[in-house]
Amino acid sequence: MPDTSGIDVGYVAKLARLNLSDEETQLFQKQLGDVLQYADKLRQIDVSHVEALAHAIPVFNVFREDEPRDWFTAEEALSNAPRQANNLFIVTKVVE
Amino acid sequence: MKLADLPALTIADLQTLLRRGEVSPTDVLKALRARIEKVDLTLDAYLSLDFETAVKEAEKTDVNLPLGGVPIAIKDIINVAGQPCTCASKILGNYRSPYDATVIRNLRAAGAIPLGKTNMDEFAMGSSTENSGFKPTRNPWDLSRVPGGSSGGSAAAVAADAAFGAFGTDTGGSIRQPAALSGVVGVKPTYGRVSRFGVTAFASSLDQVGSLTKTVRDAAMLMRAISGPDPQDSTSLNEPVADYVAALDRDLRGVRLGLPKEYLIEGIDSQVKSAMDAAVKHFGSLGAEIVDVSLPHTEYGVAVYYFVATAEASANLARFDGVRYGHRAENPRDLLDHYGRTREEGFGAEVKRRIILGTYVLSSGYYDAYYIRAQKVRELIRQDFANAFQKVDAIISPTSPVPAFKLGERTSDPLQMYLADVFTIPANLAGICGVSLPCGFAKVDGKQLPIGLQLLGKPLDEGRIFQIANAYEQSTDWHKQKPPIQ
Repeated sequence: MPDTSGIDVGYVAKLARLNLSDEETQLFQKQLGDVLQYADKLRQIDVSHVEALAHAIPVFNVFREDEPRDWFTAEEALSNAPRQANNLFIVTKVVE
Repeated sequence: MKLADLPALTIADLQTLLRRGEVSPTDVLKALRARIEKVDLTLDAYLSLDFETAVKEAEKTDVNLPLGGVPIAIKDIINVAGQPCTCASKILGNYRSPYDATVIRNLRAAGAIPLGKTNMDEFAMGSSTENSGFKPTRNPWDLSRVPGGSSGGSAAAVAADAAFGAFGTDTGGSIRQPAALSGVVGVKPTYGRVSRFGVTAFASSLDQVGSLTKTVRDAAMLMRAISGPDPQDSTSLNEPVADYVAALDRDLRGVRLGLPKEYLIEGIDSQVKSAMDAAVKHFGSLGAEIVDVSLPHTEYGVAVYYFVATAEASANLARFDGVRYGHRAENPRDLLDHYGRTREEGFGAEVKRRIILGTYVLSSGYYDAYYIRAQKVRELIRQDFANAFQKVDAIISPTSPVPAFKLGERTSDPLQMYLADVFTIPANLAGICGVSLPCGFAKVDGKQLPIGLQLLGKPLDEGRIFQIANAYEQSTDWHKQKPPIQ
């Protein structure tokens, strides 16, 4: 396992699109360092012959008929929109 | 019966009165409303209540349906059409559900009336309900203590007779642990037994919806109503649902109960331990055979959980971007500023902490070392249970190593808070079912604090653990004790 003191909270926050205050960054650095140190015990186990578990109870190939059915109207889909106009979401500008 | 006495009834007893026509569903709502208004100013178990809509539904309901006319409280992470669904997060402060979750559709089909959205840790991340973005909920047995979490509002409401029954979600113990700390019965079904459609996702491979009730019989009734396959949740299991209620009254002769040695950890409260020992003895006297079993990877459960759950959460919570619903930051400079500030302003500290940890364990260079390794150890934990269940019908343990702790006592140390779930997490990782039920009281500072006992069962063996739990409950009177709140 990598060096657990290595978590760079500021960098990871950027990846997560989550701004943090300086105080939060410092606090999380310490707290998550503790959590990673605790979790370091996972290194003690030999997992070389173990398959990673993705789902606790295996379920394969779940299909249903691809049929149209009633679902949201545009109005319902927009009912919680922070900003909207003309039956569309107004988003923050994404092109220069 | 006086209206004021109705809220203390179990669902089964309420149903008898409703079917005899001795009370009407609107009487029941009136009585429940009075009780809620009396106690919830102190408890803060509810985030929102809509009596008017409930009364309209009560007027139409058929009391001969399996749950006809019974009001049920809903954790504020499960969508109920037309009602708020905040997940106790400011980022969803103004959100109203445009549709019913499948569990709510099933509940309505059984005649029940969803009433009230209950408080929780934000996005179900926590073990005390103190991480609610709006207010902490208090434990009805001692108002200076937490009710457990994350389904703490549901647990406190049921314990204080401010709900006949409630639904919660359990990702690492979020139903069973608050049930134990508040003195009620809490069920985490087998992964895939209950649809997750319409339930805001925290950790998709671990989340399940389950009940919080006053008795095991009530739990069997509620779980029967919501279980089963759902074409809108591809992880739901296409298996028939047993008649949990009909199977309750079988005795325990021939039942083998496994006692895992790993659950007697350091740091377990002495009063919890003696209540457990007494419960094990009691099961013996009921005819169950007690068998020593070993779950050797138990001590790794919390570590595995905090990698798997946070990784899944960091991906699931990416949807809260302020575009289609929820809070949006004012006047963003550009798109990155829009995302960064929307999420900074909307999420509370614990959610941020888990997004950071989850993003980290999934990030390039760390994915194999943390996430994949955790999933492999998770497989070993699943195998531990599979091996144990070759010898026994169910496994018995405490639900929580400690009774309810004080508000504020653990908030500054997230790792200590995480360790509150040490006995409940393995069941989620392995996908098996579990129930917590009252098994005694601890005396702390002159107050009685409930202790919970956990029974874990094989996948899809809910009927069996309900039967075992019912035999214990009906031969003890812990579940009849009421908290001092009036």
